[in-house]
Amino acid sequence: MIRVTLKGLAGRKLRALLTALAVVLGVAMVSGTYVLTDTIQKAFDGIFSESYEGTDAVINGKQLVDFSSSGRATVSAELLDEVGALPEVEAAAGGIIDLQSNSNPAKFVGESGKPLGGDPTFGIGLDSSQLRFTPLRLVEGEWAKGAQQVVMDANTAADHGYDVGDTVGVATLGPVKQYEITGVTKFGSVDSIGGATIAVFDVPTAQTLFKKEGRFDGISVAAKEGVSSDELVGAIQPLLPAEAEVKTGEAQAAADSEDTNEGISFITYMLLGFGGVALFVGAFVIFNTLSITVAQRTREFATLRTLGASRRQVLRSVILEGFVIGLLASVVGLFLGLALGKGMNSLFVAFGIDLPQAGTVFATRTIVVSLLVGTVVTVLASLAPAFRATRVPPILAVREGSTLPRSRFAPYAPYVALGTIVVAVGALGAGLFANGLGTKSVLLLLGLGVIGLFVGVALLSSRLVKPLAALVGWPAGRLAGSSGRLARENAVRNPSRTAATAAALMIGLALVTVVAVLGSSLRNSAQSAVEKQIDADYVVTHENGFDPFPVEAGEAVTDADGVELASQVRFDQARAADSEVDVTGIDPTTISRFYDFEWAQGSEGALDRLGGDGAIVQQQFADDHDLSLGSRFPIETASGDTLRVVVRGIYDPPELDQLLGALSVSQRNFDASFLRPRNLFTFVNVSGGETAATTDALEGTLAGFPDAKLHTESDFVTSRTKEFSTLLNLLYVLLAFSVVVSLFGMVNTLVLSVFERTRELGMLRAVGMTRRQARQMIRHESVITALIGAALGLPLGIFLAGLVTEALSQFGVGFSLPIGTLIIFLCVAIVAGVLAAILPARRASRLNVLEALQYE
Amino acid sequence: MNGKESAMETVLIQKEGRDGASSTGVVSAKDVTRRYGEGDTSVDALRGVSLEVVSGKLTAVMGPSGSGKSTLMHILAGLDRPTEGEVTIAGETITELGDTELTKLRREHIGFIFQFFNLLPMLTAEENVVLPLELAGIKPDPAWVEELTGKVGLKDRLSHRPSELSGGQQQRVAIARALVSRPTVMFADEPTGNLDSTTGGEILELMRESVTSFGQTTVMVTHDAHAAAIADRVLFLADGLIVKDLGRSSAREILAAMEEVSRQ
Repeated sequence: MIRVTLKGLAGRKLRALLTALAVVLGVAMVSGTYVLTDTIQKAFDGIFSESYEGTDAVINGKQLVDFSSSGRATVSAELLDEVGALPEVEAAAGGIIDLQSNSNPAKFVGESGKPLGGDPTFGIGLDSSQLRFTPLRLVEGEWAKGAQQVVMDANTAADHGYDVGDTVGVATLGPVKQYEITGVTKFGSVDSIGGATIAVFDVPTAQTLFKKEGRFDGISVAAKEGVSSDELVGAIQPLLPAEAEVKTGEAQAAADSEDTNEGISFITYMLLGFGGVALFVGAFVIFNTLSITVAQRTREFATLRTLGASRRQVLRSVILEGFVIGLLASVVGLFLGLALGKGMNSLFVAFGIDLPQAGTVFATRTIVVSLLVGTVVTVLASLAPAFRATRVPPILAVREGSTLPRSRFAPYAPYVALGTIVVAVGALGAGLFANGLGTKSVLLLLGLGVIGLFVGVALLSSRLVKPLAALVGWPAGRLAGSSGRLARENAVRNPSRTAATAAALMIGLALVTVVAVLGSSLRNSAQSAVEKQIDADYVVTHENGFDPFPVEAGEAVTDADGVELASQVRFDQARAADSEVDVTGIDPTTISRFYDFEWAQGSEGALDRLGGDGAIVQQQFADDHDLSLGSRFPIETASGDTLRVVVRGIYDPPELDQLLGALSVSQRNFDASFLRPRNLFTFVNVSGGETAATTDALEGTLAGFPDAKLHTESDFVTSRTKEFSTLLNLLYVLLAFSVVVSLFGMVNTLVLSVFERTRELGMLRAVGMTRRQARQMIRHESVITALIGAALGLPLGIFLAGLVTEALSQFGVGFSLPIGTLIIFLCVAIVAGVLAAILPARRASRLNVLEALQYE
Repeated sequence: MNGKESAMETVLIQKEGRDGASSTGVVSAKDVTRRYGEGDTSVDALRGVSLEVVSGKLTAVMGPSGSGKSTLMHILAGLDRPTEGEVTIAGETITELGDTELTKLRREHIGFIFQFFNLLPMLTAEENVVLPLELAGIKPDPAWVEELTGKVGLKDRLSHRPSELSGGQQQRVAIARALVSRPTVMFADEPTGNLDSTTGGEILELMRESVTSFGQTTVMVTHDAHAAAIADRVLFLADGLIVKDLGRSSAREILAAMEEVSRQ
């Protein structure tokens, strides 16, 4: 029986191949995800472990506030001398280097004033007399010396054609200055550091540029021979001030990679999720294809039964077929994943997410998981067709034109489908609206709910095929006459087959619709929230929209001609009541001209009373910490200073996209308490309002600050959701894979249907159907199937997105339907139908009429 | 030839011994009726048929279209169930068996020859021949397979696929396949119905030969008088009843009987 199965498969190569394609892509996404994220992980591990290779101990300022844009605390230069004098110490060097945050921003700027490379832009101060501590290697030239020299990383140099001896601009905390490139450097053995750039100065230059005069970000220490790292750490410990800490090099590397590991595993899970969707769609396709082939092989199974095959043998033969297809497809998918991993990285880069790369990592886990997942999914999908095959009675070997008996359960199918849908919607509702559930149970409920909904609708859809085909097939009849009408009849001739084919496409379309509708709802809500908050002619932000930018840039605009009024908003993070909190530093005299406070407690007068210790807090923050007017509480800044503030006003901003921090203090107070203050926004009003000439003039004043970007108010509003739009596009591309999988399903069904109708097609050709009409007929059938998929998928997606927006309404999200995008999806479905029909239509039109009529 | 004959007899004797049945009545039907459909639209295909199939003989079942001859064969072979009545094969009442026991019965006692050959297209001729043994988990005896394929004249076609064989050759493969498990009874459903008369004649000869030399009990449904002429016994069905039971007859006698039957 095994031989019969395998030979049978070999005899139906095209069908087996088409079936397998449905799994290949899903497996490739799984394996590609692992290859990609493992490779990124290796690169990061390389960066972190090589960073401390020659280092036995590292002294750093403590990271007092996570994610603070001013980075960690620094240590004093005197500490270096003290540490160097210890008997356990062989050598010690202080440096300016912080790979954990962008606190030492040093952006290369080309001749045209355009920034070179992406984010982050690491500025490093390197003690070139102590190279044992650095992972940086000179590829060419010499290390920088003095205030006029810089060393550029090899990626940036190669990408933008810079060489030793050239001049390049670098923007740090202040305006751009020109430097001579004395060397080109590479980060250890890492191939690419992603979109990051590195600018290496000597230590005094970096200290000046990053306002860390007399301070170091860290001190690297090497132990004398015979002194262990732990002993060294023990010896250093007593010398340290409270805001500094010492770790062994190894421990520091592990701590450094921990944060990035979290980020990478998020990416891994997200990509695996999309791989899972593609596999789910693939399972539908496999189920459908195997169901069709089982139906077509009724006589074969019946013959086998008369020859003494047991039900169990028939069952095993179909499952074995699924297993072989699944395994082969998984092997192909596994290797395709190697290429796809690279492709996904290019995709990320195209969407502005540029991550470091090392040599490709092909882990055992990748192989095992990919093969297992692909094979198991295929085998599961083959179970139902396999059980159906066992119901073929032997008498069908002698009876012509018999069809399979209906399953005992068939009459209950619609009830099961409805029940599934009800339970699924219940699960979704519970996941979205019930209170007090953990994240895990919410995700589980949502996941199961969505899967249940898809399965339920797919089960029910065979009942919907007829009316839907009549609806979406109407144009076909009008456009293509008789072949169009035949196409419509063909589409409904086997409703469950058409339904399962359309269901595969439905899943992909429903998910992109969810993304589109949710995206549009969130974007519109966020934009109107921003419009509600501000009223300004111009807004200056960081070029990337979310980092803070140099205060000098804001001041340059303020002083420009024609500027009536400007208000700077400082930004950093601090700790309050043991959690991170966004703090903005506002100018009490000007802010209310640009920002509209919805006062909950207090009034505009609160701004006047801000003074040296006043704070304005958001309602949510006040509620969370039990604050009211007059409450006093401390906040801790990244420098280790404690700031005591008293609540002067409480306001209630929109839920989405709050421009100011949970906590705002006066700018004077901010500048006194935070290290290296930077601006998040500069709001500007000009005399005569916004004009093209004014825009040009203001942009001119910002020429020296490549980090800063000028927006008109409407530009600013759209720019707030730019990142979000990028994310949406990324999701579309990832979901496109499952749409492609369902495309394979449509090709499969059509090829099999054409094969099944060989005699009928021959007859149609014999009575005068032209090749063109035959092709047309198949194409219209395909488009009708695709449109049924769209007719199911789009409303389902809108429904799901509606549920989610309803659940998010408490956060100020309102439902918004992106009609244009949905019409595009409809067109995509039609194009998918046309594409899927190419191969089957060609087969149908090339039939030899005589042979087709004799075909048995 | 002699050696094979005795081998065949041994097998038959063994089977009879095991089943404890007499040499007559390897297959028997008692008051078999078969009704299709229900109520007003119901059709009685068989209306009370009783018969004994004699061991080692070729029994032909004849009758006009709609006489119930195919239904009778399907029920005798356990492919269909009678509405009433009882069928036994080799002493087992198959009308009471479940699917698993029926499968076991088919493996041990029944061989099939189909009108449309029903060979598996992806297997070679030889693989098709030994398929029933493989399904039953029995290792084919190479000597027996070689004898059998030689007997049906397929020696030089063994590695061909059905699509590379003529209709007559395909039916020869099917006959070898039916014989390979040395079944108690072989059922043939219009074995020449899809062949031209010359090839059909060759196939009939081959079937007669297997009955004569192997003592293979065979039941053949046909509407062709020439085919029925090779039988040891010819049963005539009309309107769901056996209306005539002849011994060995010539094609002319059979035609005459047919005419008589259809006139009634």
